Amino acid sequence: MSTETVEQQEVQEVEVKETESLLSKRRRKIMSDPLNDDNPITIQVLGICSALAVTVKMMPTLVMALAVIFVIVFSNLIISILRNVIPNRVRIIVQLAVVASLVILVDQVLRAYMYDVAKVVGVYVGLIITNCIIMGRLEAFAMGNKPWDSVLDGLGSGFGYSWIILAVAFFRELFGSGSIFDFKVFEAIGWTSYQANGLMVSPIGAFIILGLIIWVQRYKNGYVEH
Amino acid sequence: MQQSNLYILIFSVALTVVLGGLLSIAAVGLKPLQTKAVELDTKKQILSSVMEITPEMDVIGTFNTRTKSVAVNVEGELVEKDDEGATIVPEKINIEKESKKDSENKVLPVYLYMNEKDTTKVEAYIFAMFGTGLWDKIWGYVAVAPDLTTIKGISMDHKAETPGLGARITDKEVKDRYKGKQLFDSNGYLVGIEMKKGERGDPSLFNEHEVDGMSGATLTANGVNEMLLKYIGFYQAYIDKVKAGETVALN
Repeated sequence: MSTETVEQQEVQEVEVKETESLLSKRRRKIMSDPLNDDNPITIQVLGICSALAVTVKMMPTLVMALAVIFVIVFSNLIISILRNVIPNRVRIIVQLAVVASLVILVDQVLRAYMYDVAKVVGVYVGLIITNCIIMGRLEAFAMGNKPWDSVLDGLGSGFGYSWIILAVAFFRELFGSGSIFDFKVFEAIGWTSYQANGLMVSPIGAFIILGLIIWVQRYKNGYVEH
Repeated sequence: MQQSNLYILIFSVALTVVLGGLLSIAAVGLKPLQTKAVELDTKKQILSSVMEITPEMDVIGTFNTRTKSVAVNVEGELVEKDDEGATIVPEKINIEKESKKDSENKVLPVYLYMNEKDTTKVEAYIFAMFGTGLWDKIWGYVAVAPDLTTIKGISMDHKAETPGLGARITDKEVKDRYKGKQLFDSNGYLVGIEMKKGERGDPSLFNEHEVDGMSGATLTANGVNEMLLKYIGFYQAYIDKVKAGETVALN
């Protein structure tokens, strides 16, 4: 009698695992962690180079963010699907090849459909290949986890990266160019003599804003560097 | 899990073929759209030297109805065929490539911006330019009034000038400084227009061959000055011929 119940329980457990909802608590955590507590930019301090380079204005930043999300999600998915057949000794090159292909695809599509934006972000889209966040997630997560989890992880990291660069771009464009998405904010509220802050346009402005964001975030979360 | 070398080799080859194939398909499939996007961008730049470009504007349509184009060499002669005998389309001339050729082999485009009502009357001659800024290439178009010395407008673009400093050459405010300036002096000698060092903010301080500079971007300004002088120099023979009433042949 007693053994039977144990067996039943085991079976039940297995069933629960198999039918884990697509957005179970564990999976939601995979996705939400990188947004704040484990943010790729502010906590892991990865992907800083592009965070400085593309955040002069909102529009290219948004395109860059979408490009990174696309690349990270799909490269995570592809690598995760292939994880058991990828030869261990060449895995980094395989990851790189997948990322590079996706990045070139994004670049080609941008050139065809959004040439104006492509001119601005062109170089940096190419540099997504070397974005440490993507390689980091492939190596640390996708190589050892199932496809759906990897997609969620990619979405999490992608959005974690995106909201930070969008926040930086918001302040840089507001103070550096006096506009948001090229809409002249200060002129609209009647402040026509606003003197644009040149510091915000140069990469130094991004460093300052990024530093402030990290400061506020760590103050709130109580995160301490070990 | 240690795989054999053969497995690794096969895997790598298969991966390369699959990824390479996908990319080739994408590149070939998107090519027509990309070419169109580049064409639109070029025409936008050319037109922006004579008019304000608004997002709603039909750029290609305006370009096709308002402008005529010819290709000329540094002797001022119209060129219709290239070395291989193919017809030259002025819009397709790659200024960057031409800039590397010896001056006697250069073929440069001239866009004739025609009067809206009287389409035989030229309202502006638009010349192409190409040069080097502080970090990388800069290029642009300069529109000159029918007297062939007064600047009607200029449009410039750059690859990698510093945002907020040298990149200001694309700003309307900076480009407008060139309006009304003179390329030639009263004796017909090419002087060009010099963007000065520093930024003084008062247009009355500058004569007809000078414009106010961009603070913190003197090296970019030097590049612009050099580019303008050099390219007007290449076009000078053509300009002289037009002034003398020759070869305004339009097609």
